[in-house]
Amino acid sequence: MITCPWCGSRDTSEFAYAGEGNPRPDPATASPEAWRRYLYVRRNPDGWTTELWRHRIGCGTYLRLERHRTTDEVRLARAVGGDPA
Amino acid sequence: MIIPRGGAARGDWRLPPQPAESIDRSAPVRFRWNGTTYGGFAGDTIASALAASGVRVFSRSLKYHRPRGILTADGDDPNCLVQVDDEPNVRAGHRLVRPGMAVRAQGVWPTLQVDVKALNQVVGRFLGPGFYYKTFIAPRQLWPTYERVIRRFSPGGPVPPAPPTGRYDQRVVHRDVLVVGGGPAGMAAAVGAAGGGASVLLVDEQHALGGHLRWADGSDRTRLAELRRAVAEATSIEVMTDAVVTGRYDGHWVSVLQRSVPGVVERLVKVRTQQIVVAAGLIERPYVVAGNDLPGVMLSTAVRRLINLYAVRPGARAVVLTANGEGDAAARDLDRAGVDVARVVDPRRGEDIVSIRGRGRVEAVELSDRSTVTCDLVVTATGWTAPLSLLTMSGARAAYDPVAARFFATGLPDDVLAAGGVAGAGDLDAIVEQAGAAGRESAARATAAAGRSPVAVPGLAAGAHPALFTGRTDGMVDLAEDVSAKDLKAAVAEGYNSLELVKRYTTVTMGPTQGRLEAVNAIAVVAAATGGSIAETGTTTGRPPYAPVSLGALAGRNYQPVRHSPMHAWHVAHGARPLVAGLWIRPDHYGDPAAEVRTVRSAVGIIDVTPLGKFELTGTDVPRLLELLYVNRWQKLAVGSVRYGVMCTEDGVVLDDGVTGRLAPARYLLTCTSSGAGAVEDWIALWLQTEHPDWDVRVVPVTDAYASINVAGPRSRELVSRLVEDIDLAPDAFSYMQVRTGRVAGFDDCIVWRIGFTGELSFELHVPAGHGQEVWDRLLTAGADLGVGPFGIEAQRILRLEKGHLVVGQDTDGLTQGFSAGLDWAIKLDKAEFLGQPELRWQHERGDDRQLVGLQPVDGAVLPPESSQILDGGSDGGHIAGRITSSRMSPTLGRSICLGFVSARLARPGTVVTVRLPDGRSVPAAVMPQLAHVDPDGERLRG
Repeated sequence: MITCPWCGSRDTSEFAYAGEGNPRPDPATASPEAWRRYLYVRRNPDGWTTELWRHRIGCGTYLRLERHRTTDEVRLARAVGGDPA
Repeated sequence: MIIPRGGAARGDWRLPPQPAESIDRSAPVRFRWNGTTYGGFAGDTIASALAASGVRVFSRSLKYHRPRGILTADGDDPNCLVQVDDEPNVRAGHRLVRPGMAVRAQGVWPTLQVDVKALNQVVGRFLGPGFYYKTFIAPRQLWPTYERVIRRFSPGGPVPPAPPTGRYDQRVVHRDVLVVGGGPAGMAAAVGAAGGGASVLLVDEQHALGGHLRWADGSDRTRLAELRRAVAEATSIEVMTDAVVTGRYDGHWVSVLQRSVPGVVERLVKVRTQQIVVAAGLIERPYVVAGNDLPGVMLSTAVRRLINLYAVRPGARAVVLTANGEGDAAARDLDRAGVDVARVVDPRRGEDIVSIRGRGRVEAVELSDRSTVTCDLVVTATGWTAPLSLLTMSGARAAYDPVAARFFATGLPDDVLAAGGVAGAGDLDAIVEQAGAAGRESAARATAAAGRSPVAVPGLAAGAHPALFTGRTDGMVDLAEDVSAKDLKAAVAEGYNSLELVKRYTTVTMGPTQGRLEAVNAIAVVAAATGGSIAETGTTTGRPPYAPVSLGALAGRNYQPVRHSPMHAWHVAHGARPLVAGLWIRPDHYGDPAAEVRTVRSAVGIIDVTPLGKFELTGTDVPRLLELLYVNRWQKLAVGSVRYGVMCTEDGVVLDDGVTGRLAPARYLLTCTSSGAGAVEDWIALWLQTEHPDWDVRVVPVTDAYASINVAGPRSRELVSRLVEDIDLAPDAFSYMQVRTGRVAGFDDCIVWRIGFTGELSFELHVPAGHGQEVWDRLLTAGADLGVGPFGIEAQRILRLEKGHLVVGQDTDGLTQGFSAGLDWAIKLDKAEFLGQPELRWQHERGDDRQLVGLQPVDGAVLPPESSQILDGGSDGGHIAGRITSSRMSPTLGRSICLGFVSARLARPGTVVTVRLPDGRSVPAAVMPQLAHVDPDGERLRG
């Protein structure tokens, strides 16, 4: 179960993984090496990380999710554009 | 009984009625075994019915093809896999007989009795563990022969070519507590949980609840009846028998495979539960000693089942090796059944079996006191293995206790409890009390009663049992995979000195029993061979599924959602051939796509393009969004204007294309490919939400809101003008790449585009979806004198190919960056930031990538299939320099036309390249000066 800030607690099958959410270099000034690291290289860390997910079968909000990579526990989900007041 | 024609029954090993028997003697059942008719009773398993008739050999082993007989007399029996009618790999120790069943032995050739493959025993020295890594390698020319031979020897029954006739099903169940195992502990836990206010699902593998109490002595059977009644009276307990838990997954999901459901072959039950109580009991272990796989060697529980449940005498003269109470009880059952118990060998007194002898069946046993006893039945009771897989799948760890000589699970998570024999030892009272408490505690946890104190679940003693795994001679460890103790030791000697390596090298525990019978014995052998202890050697990792699951159960019923346009029924009624395009069913053609092409080029045609992806964009910042998404410029798009745009992802690869029009100052309609609509929606939302939440833009997907009809051909303006009321269609009022809104066929809020995917003068009508069919009908009626006809996707493909218009995903792939797709004219590298810009800039600087070009085979009658390779370096070989991406016969030109990729140095117009056809021929093709084969200057479009 993942608690979407808009929709409440929903089954994980409603959500889709959308990437590690790594920082994006400035496309105007980045070198090819830096740009391709952003495109292709994954951190793939163990333990708690923050990831990008989308509530696809639902409100469609992109979320930053804190997930434990080994136990698959989820402890916090915030909407990328800001949670509802 | 064997029922020969006109003779008396022979080989009758059926006993008089037993107090606990589960067969129904008033319901005899006749069935066939390897072509001969046999008789049994309702309630018999296939194995028990055959055993009652004196059948002793049920199969031949996997590798050495040694004859095998009943070992466990239940579903885990590795020797009793048979073919029933058209179903392979049926467990004869579990499947109940049905009248008319045709049962056959598997993997034998030509018969069970005379199995030529038994020659494998003669060459057995060369078939050691992993022999296939060292054989069947050279010479390469013999690989097809090796394949045919290996296929002959592969195990399992034949899979019938016809689809299964039975139905498969799925079900989702939500319960507070799932109790796994329906023996005394499981029943007590279920009753306890129900009493605690929880909804309970109780699952047991056997056909009836009771576990080992079903063949227990008199007083225990009274307790069995009490427990069964308590379960039946608790209304919040649902019971599933002939059902096995196959795995536990994240989020409290548990899968259960249920059989014996009326009308259904197998049902996959997906259970969402708060708490699991594992009461899986104990599985008896075979003893590893020479000859332990001969027909006539059985476990004590097998003998007790055969005698008590099925009233079958397992043999005539028995030697019993017993180290525990169950073995002692088995000896008493044998005596009661009239079997001559020649010797009771008791390891608790230091006695042992040295080896079991016989040719094709048990004939004698050599004992540790050097005596030899003739017999036809050897019964062993050397210990128990707890099936811990479900607990370890839940996160617990397996730890070995040398005093109890078994593994226990430690570190259970908060939502799993263990009850009964799987948790420890005790008499029936102790088990029932512990399990009942576990059930009440699981209910309390599941219902999360506020401020409650936890229920005290008594612990169970670990118990003590002699550590008996192997005798002093080498025997079979894994009967299903034909892996002996000698094989395991050989693997360790070859250097595979950890359990996981030995498992993968020898395939021990990888057969149908999945370690239930043989894992602990294998661990003991490997531990001794590596000089470590059993505790140090550890166990292998148990993974789902715990039991075999058919693909039918995983698929369930076939629910395939499809999407239809509003005009779908018309297409079907007019003979359209269906094209599956993602979830959409579209009309491919109406019988003659070439004629449809000619209609469009000479008169006018209409096509249903409703699946086209459509997005309504409103807000003051829409131009900034379009500048970001597309590679070309959008700031100066005037109201009423349309532009073609291409989107790339951040690696510069072409993502999607389509036309976007400005309907009003702050209202745009973006279109994209029909199969890409979902990805485009994700993409737009991603950038708006993560990078530009401050922009004033709203995006509404309207793909389904409009029925879309493209009217194409030289007479299209004439036809559309007959339906459109308030839009001026004259060439100077409504020029190419423009869009208007207005009334079509009397309906408001329609959109009319003048665009040209097909290369003809064309107007695309977007009308509110509910009116789609009426507008379609009106077009056909109004245009009858103009020669109007419908055209489908295939004709559209041909028309666009004649015009050289690319299809994203067909003429581009996952590596096609923008400058490779003939889009140089569209990509404006010098504009402000757009997605894909840095990679496109670098691609442009490199300047040497492959190019999409128009191609025409020199011989216009040759049509190269799509994906034909293009070669560089002559027709006799050379390098692959590209491929054909689109290819059709052009009705307009009367010859074949193609699009394809070629490497940069071959992309000059006029270059002749070599196309390798799948049949091996090579044909020349010429690179054309532009992508379009017909009307390259686009005069027909702009008319």
